[in-house]
Amino acid sequence: MVDQAALENDEPLLVAEALSKSFGRIAACRDVSFALYPGEVLAIVGESGSGKSTLLQMLSGQLTPSAGHVSYRMRDGITRDLTTLGEAERRFLFRTDWGFVHQDPAQGLRMAVSAGANVGERLMAVGWNHYGRIRDTASDWLTRVEIDTARIDDAPRTYSGGMRQRLQIARNLVTEPRLVFMDEPTGGLDVSVQARLLDLLRSLVAELNLAVVIVTHDLAVARLLSHRVMVMKGGRVIETGLTDQVLDDPREPYTQLLVSSILPP
Amino acid sequence: MTAMIEVTDAKKTFTMHLQGGIELPVVSGVTFNVNPGECVVLSGPSGAGKSSILKMIFGNYRCDSGRIGIRHRGAVIDLATAEPRQVLNVRRSTIGYVSQFLRAVPRVATVDVVAEPLIVNGVSRADAQARAGELLHRLNIPERLWQLPPATFSGGEQQRVNIARGFISDLPILLLDEPTASLDAANRAVVVELVAEKKRQGVAMVAIVHDDEIRHLITNRIVDVTSFAAAA
Repeated sequence: MVDQAALENDEPLLVAEALSKSFGRIAACRDVSFALYPGEVLAIVGESGSGKSTLLQMLSGQLTPSAGHVSYRMRDGITRDLTTLGEAERRFLFRTDWGFVHQDPAQGLRMAVSAGANVGERLMAVGWNHYGRIRDTASDWLTRVEIDTARIDDAPRTYSGGMRQRLQIARNLVTEPRLVFMDEPTGGLDVSVQARLLDLLRSLVAELNLAVVIVTHDLAVARLLSHRVMVMKGGRVIETGLTDQVLDDPREPYTQLLVSSILPP
Repeated sequence: MTAMIEVTDAKKTFTMHLQGGIELPVVSGVTFNVNPGECVVLSGPSGAGKSSILKMIFGNYRCDSGRIGIRHRGAVIDLATAEPRQVLNVRRSTIGYVSQFLRAVPRVATVDVVAEPLIVNGVSRADAQARAGELLHRLNIPERLWQLPPATFSGGEQQRVNIARGFISDLPILLLDEPTASLDAANRAVVVELVAEKKRQGVAMVAIVHDDEIRHLITNRIVDVTSFAAAA
């Protein structure tokens, strides 16, 4: 059993090979390659316009690369190129084995339906049909993300920013995905709310052994959550390595600038 | 005897790109071994590169050249060239590091901060917490504080939480960066005891200790870092 798990963990879940994307004459992303393993958290850092969001969209199959490939090891153990997946297969992947946490929760939630339905919807999409079980599971997840279950029937538009973000996380994790993409998940939140969210993310990621690709411009977020970092500038990966190595011993001029720009706590 | 740590001709230079690309040589030609059950103390004045060497052995600083051989699960792995996931594996099951300061995670209770290294290695939460409690007790952290996050503790208390977290696991290598710096005499004695126990269990240790008396009590061998001074 243990050996089986070790074997499983020894094969990458997501592989990017020489990914590039151009918009007209502008090269937004150039020649990015890496492999992500189960349970591994990879942070993509860099300033606005460095190509990190373009990369995230290509990795999650929302944008077709101009060159290169993204492949994913499906639950049946077979690794497939994302471009060979049909639209229905891709959507199914997104509803089950993948999550996507947007910076703006309004993009990832349905703001007018109840919190319970927001979480339950993902379960129904994978074939759950017992109302009582769906509601129990939704309520369970609200508790895990520290939302008072008394608010289960309220729509997220009545929630605070921090609560919305936690609800979005619950909605994403309820189907037990193996891979979650996150785009500046703590972006629009004030500092105290950020700390709580990061802490929650950190424990959920460890508990569920999630693989995560997180885009952030905040090095503190990268330090707290990620195992590995890729630093991007001008569409290229300029430095990559273990998170504490890159942040404590940065080599590239741009990385040194980023690290030295952090205000001391 | 097979060494647990074999550092061979390791070199480290910082290039400060923001200061016009100044090259700051730290150490070069670093070569020494550490055997199981032995505590090697790095000596030398401030700025000689002791902490840098410790960080190179932990894979936190990269080496320009040379080799950091670590005996990990029966085979030797070179941390200077290892992949990030290999370094993380080595840290999970082979090398522990007690830093000078606790990097506190907000909201996590002290007992869980200490228990975490055991839990990630598959020990049950209850057992891990029980062992964490024993260590906290030995290090004189009163039980009423165990459920609080250590962020608000005094410097000495945080240091002791850090030591408990470092000593709780059964890793075969431990790196200690000034473990007794802000401790009183009673707690320094506890650390000396803990180091002695680790030696009996065959743990290989590398330590930086400024206090002469403590150094004398824990060391098997002293490695003088000034001999690795990099030519400026």
